[in-house]
Amino acid sequence: MTHTNSVTSALTIPDLETVYDTLATAIDQAGQDKASLFLVKLALLNANALANADVFQAHVQAALQDL
Amino acid sequence: MHTPTTQARPSIYYTYEVFKPWLASEHPQQSRQKVVIVGSGPAGMVTALELARHGVASVVLSSELQFSQGSRAICFTRRSMEILQQVGVAERMTEGGLPWRFGNSYYRGQRVFRMEAPHDADDRFFPIINVQQQFMEEYLHDACKANPLIDFRWGNKVNKVDQKDGYAVLEVDTPEGVYTLESDWVVAADGGRSGIRSAMNLEMEGASYEGFFVIADIKVDLPLPTERLAYFDPDWNPGNTILMHREPNGIWRVDYQLPEGETPEEALKPESLKARIDAQLAMIGHAGAKWEMDWSSVYSARTLTLPDFVYGSVIFTGDAAHLLPIFGVRGANTAFQDAQSLGWHLAFVVKGLASQKLLANHSAERVGAAREIIEEAGKSTRFMTPPSKGFRLLRDAVLSLSLTQAFVRPLYHWRTSRPHEYTHSMLNSTGDDNGLFKTGPAHGAPPQNVRLGVNDFLLDHLGGGFDLLYFTDAPAIPDALQQTIQAARTQGMPLRVIAVGSPTPVTGADTTLADADGHLRQRYGVPANGGAYLLRPDQHICARWLTLDATRLQAAFHTALPQ
Repeated sequence: MTHTNSVTSALTIPDLETVYDTLATAIDQAGQDKASLFLVKLALLNANALANADVFQAHVQAALQDL
Repeated sequence: MHTPTTQARPSIYYTYEVFKPWLASEHPQQSRQKVVIVGSGPAGMVTALELARHGVASVVLSSELQFSQGSRAICFTRRSMEILQQVGVAERMTEGGLPWRFGNSYYRGQRVFRMEAPHDADDRFFPIINVQQQFMEEYLHDACKANPLIDFRWGNKVNKVDQKDGYAVLEVDTPEGVYTLESDWVVAADGGRSGIRSAMNLEMEGASYEGFFVIADIKVDLPLPTERLAYFDPDWNPGNTILMHREPNGIWRVDYQLPEGETPEEALKPESLKARIDAQLAMIGHAGAKWEMDWSSVYSARTLTLPDFVYGSVIFTGDAAHLLPIFGVRGANTAFQDAQSLGWHLAFVVKGLASQKLLANHSAERVGAAREIIEEAGKSTRFMTPPSKGFRLLRDAVLSLSLTQAFVRPLYHWRTSRPHEYTHSMLNSTGDDNGLFKTGPAHGAPPQNVRLGVNDFLLDHLGGGFDLLYFTDAPAIPDALQQTIQAARTQGMPLRVIAVGSPTPVTGADTTLADADGHLRQRYGVPANGGAYLLRPDQHICARWLTLDATRLQAAFHTALPQ
């Protein structure tokens, strides 16, 4: 699962760096009160673009690890 | 001594009649009853009417002397109207009711979701009709009163039910004191706070939600169509939800969620009600509109059911058997389906046409329905009143996204009550052609209505017993089938044969529907002559064949009435 995903949809390192900065800036922009709401909206938009509930489920499990 | 109030309940739009209590001293001593129904709400009265249709007498006990206070249930689904048609009150419901099929959800002043419930040309009834519960109860009561098999007793409160070997003894309190009543069967239709359920210490399974809602009926003149209105997170009630429905007689239903921590007592204070209703009217553009309060109450959402509806001689039905959230109009609409199901299952057992396995089937089917509703209604409830921080975040994220992102808008759908399909019922035939049909209602499904002509629909012709729809243009039902049908009738099975597809009456059929354009045949997916459907007394399908033969018809009868 993780393997397939990393092969088919990995970001390039420059793109990953861009995502990193974009997300960090957006969380700051949303502000402390709205950061969670912002992240949930983003997760829903990404899940819809992903169009695969199983992959989303795997992402949820991966993100829950090592909190 | 039970002394129900003799003061007519207050109402702006409904004149309550206070009925005379039934007193044992005014009636001769009675022997053991077949069925006693405790409770005279929608579930109790429809059970009584369905039993009577199948020839079984019942006693209905109502602790009060008048119909229920306030509008309570107001939205009745198409399937409910089809059931009410069977017990003879659909016309009166239609006359006084407001039919509708559109629903709207609003967030930050924008309509973010519009539901358009399908209305097929083959349907007699609208997806939903709004009628206040008192009127519905009055129509059902008039039908009960007109039926010699129903002994309706106002002012009779059940104190106690003692289960004996194969029957029960009820202690009934009245304005002149107690009397005892014996009955083979007791139907507990005594509502969400069922005293019989409590006394038996029965545990319900499921969840209770914390959020409280105020439910208020106001008389107000609003130039808005009959459509469901839902408002999420408005400025005057942040984070909470408001629902509005038009009712007949110039009344509007307003439901609003209470802020966390507020008690029902605080919420029902006149000044609190006034401030909030004024705020809601202002928000929808009618600030300062004059209104008058008719009735208000408080509820919280629950998704609970008994795991079995039959306990010895006592059978639970309607809200006494399960507590369902209002989102999706689940209360009375589910009760009608429970009562329709119970009516025929119990009648057939009382008449000895089937063993008590039939009641076990009723319980299995209706508990299954309750669990399906809990699953579906749970989703709506978690959206309307998020039970945890996570659910609230998701709901708020969806509200926010819905202003610009269409893909989340279907999450606003409140999943309106629909009839349960008894797909895996033990009454479904095993050797028929169910799996070979390409269309049409399948095993356990409710029937598909079909328009036959002006003010003439298929369901007008069905019910009261089993119905065999036989598709043919031949002059007669084949002899072998006629013999099987006759044999079943001789054993007491109420069975009507409806021939479909011949312009002239078909020999061996009770009714012939011409179906000149083949529309009925097409909707039922019958490709050729000789196809057939067997419908149970609740009109759900229990067998269907591409080509019916006597052996398989006999087998279907045998399966439908377990001995």
